Amino acid sequence: MTDTAPHFRAITELAPLLAARAITSEALTAACLAEIAGKSEQLRAFITVTGDEALDQARALDRELAAGRCRGPLHGIPMSLKDLIDVGGVPTTAASQVRQGHVASKDALVTARLREAGAVFVGKTNLHEFAFGTTSEDSAYGAVRNPHDPARSPGGSSGGSAVSVVTGMAVASIGTDTGGSIRIPSAACGTVGLKPTWGEVPCDGVVPLSESLDHVGPLARSVADAWLLYLVLRGDRSAALWPLPARSDVQGLRLGIPRPYFLDIVDDQVRQRFAERLAWLRQAGAETVDVAIPHAAEIGAIYLHTSLPEASAYHASMIEQHPELYTPNVRLRIEMGRYLLAEDYVRAQRGRDVLRAEVDTALAGCDALALPTLPIPAPLIGATSVTLAGKKEPVRNMMLRLTQLFNVTGHPAISLPMARTSAGLPCGLQLVGRRHATEALLGVASACEAHLEA
Amino acid sequence: MTLENWLDTACADADRRGLPELKPLLATLAQATRLLRAADWNDLAGAVRQQADGGTHGDSARRLHGAGR
Repeated sequence: MTDTAPHFRAITELAPLLAARAITSEALTAACLAEIAGKSEQLRAFITVTGDEALDQARALDRELAAGRCRGPLHGIPMSLKDLIDVGGVPTTAASQVRQGHVASKDALVTARLREAGAVFVGKTNLHEFAFGTTSEDSAYGAVRNPHDPARSPGGSSGGSAVSVVTGMAVASIGTDTGGSIRIPSAACGTVGLKPTWGEVPCDGVVPLSESLDHVGPLARSVADAWLLYLVLRGDRSAALWPLPARSDVQGLRLGIPRPYFLDIVDDQVRQRFAERLAWLRQAGAETVDVAIPHAAEIGAIYLHTSLPEASAYHASMIEQHPELYTPNVRLRIEMGRYLLAEDYVRAQRGRDVLRAEVDTALAGCDALALPTLPIPAPLIGATSVTLAGKKEPVRNMMLRLTQLFNVTGHPAISLPMARTSAGLPCGLQLVGRRHATEALLGVASACEAHLEA
Repeated sequence: MTLENWLDTACADADRRGLPELKPLLATLAQATRLLRAADWNDLAGAVRQQADGGTHGDSARRLHGAGR
């Protein structure tokens, strides 16, 4: 199947075709299911495939269209969901043996909203166990592999979601992001990934990792698709979504570039592609200004002292009963959180307030901050370190380095495909907007999107 | 509890529980904790929080009460 086939196209292209009955949801869904069947053994993107249910759903939605009822732009669109998100009657495994036998009693709130909007669910995607990692390789269902180079990680934790969108297994996907888990795989695989402002999209019916850092959001093929999905996820009525707001212009956009810390340790090719794309945006009329986050050096410490104890609180009883059911690395991280002192958790929360104010200040004179999403291309599966400028750096630290701040502060952030390395590996551009202004950020991303293509 | 005491106690407990592989992770965590405790905001955070939220309760306080979920 070629990537010009309908199931490789964007929702904004497919929606008019479905509404006009030029294509059917059943055919689109069947094409996605065929991709899953053909690629699942190699890429391990899915844990559960709900093929029969998806085809039944698609046929019913086609009948609605034939009867003149269109629910909106998601009507009949085949989608995947990260396997942390409940779908009624289907297991939510969290990629863990710990959850064996679990079946969701009802849809998560975001699942219900998508279902009401007409989405078709082809299955549940593989991830880093309990979303507790950035490479999607510690999974009870096998390591997810990057379609651009199967020896490499697709990023994580929403790795299967990104793979499903890139390979035509689904037109879009829903993931979760606690330190970068939507944006990281989006950058590593070449999709658009949106983490909205914290609290905008409900986490009810979603297995938590760290409640004060968790976000739900879309992985998609374009900013416009991510925008549509975001509106549905936050509860807007789908009939009111069409058409989308007009794309704004790059002319006059002011982008803040946080250089200290954020650009200190970056792969040469990522750095070069980022600089080149900024130059293209300036040529198109954008302005760039340097900004700084004075306490950036403390981001990692604040993140650890928030995420570890919150995760451990959720897992405490399960890990006492069945420690052997966790993958070894994830078990150790959960155990680590159980040793942290409450006083240090409180210090971290105070640090979050400081960082939030500093990001607000950096954004005060800008439309968005711009930085790479990942400082490195997708790492090899099994690698624990990468060498940058002659120095070994832990893969986990590198994967989280540029994304976790915006989970700590709650600002909306989006990753856009910006370029490929000489080996053909995607690199992502991250844009960060003001809190509670996710739509304004989407407008900026939409304006920048066309100028990033080679 | 000093950080050194904390690390000694945590490593001893990890050994007791048959998790010696946890000890290097705890040592790394201790470095992060040292950074956190040394941060200059520990004396200033209240003022920063009030600035950030217009004098109302801070976001961290709201988070602890579960708002927004």
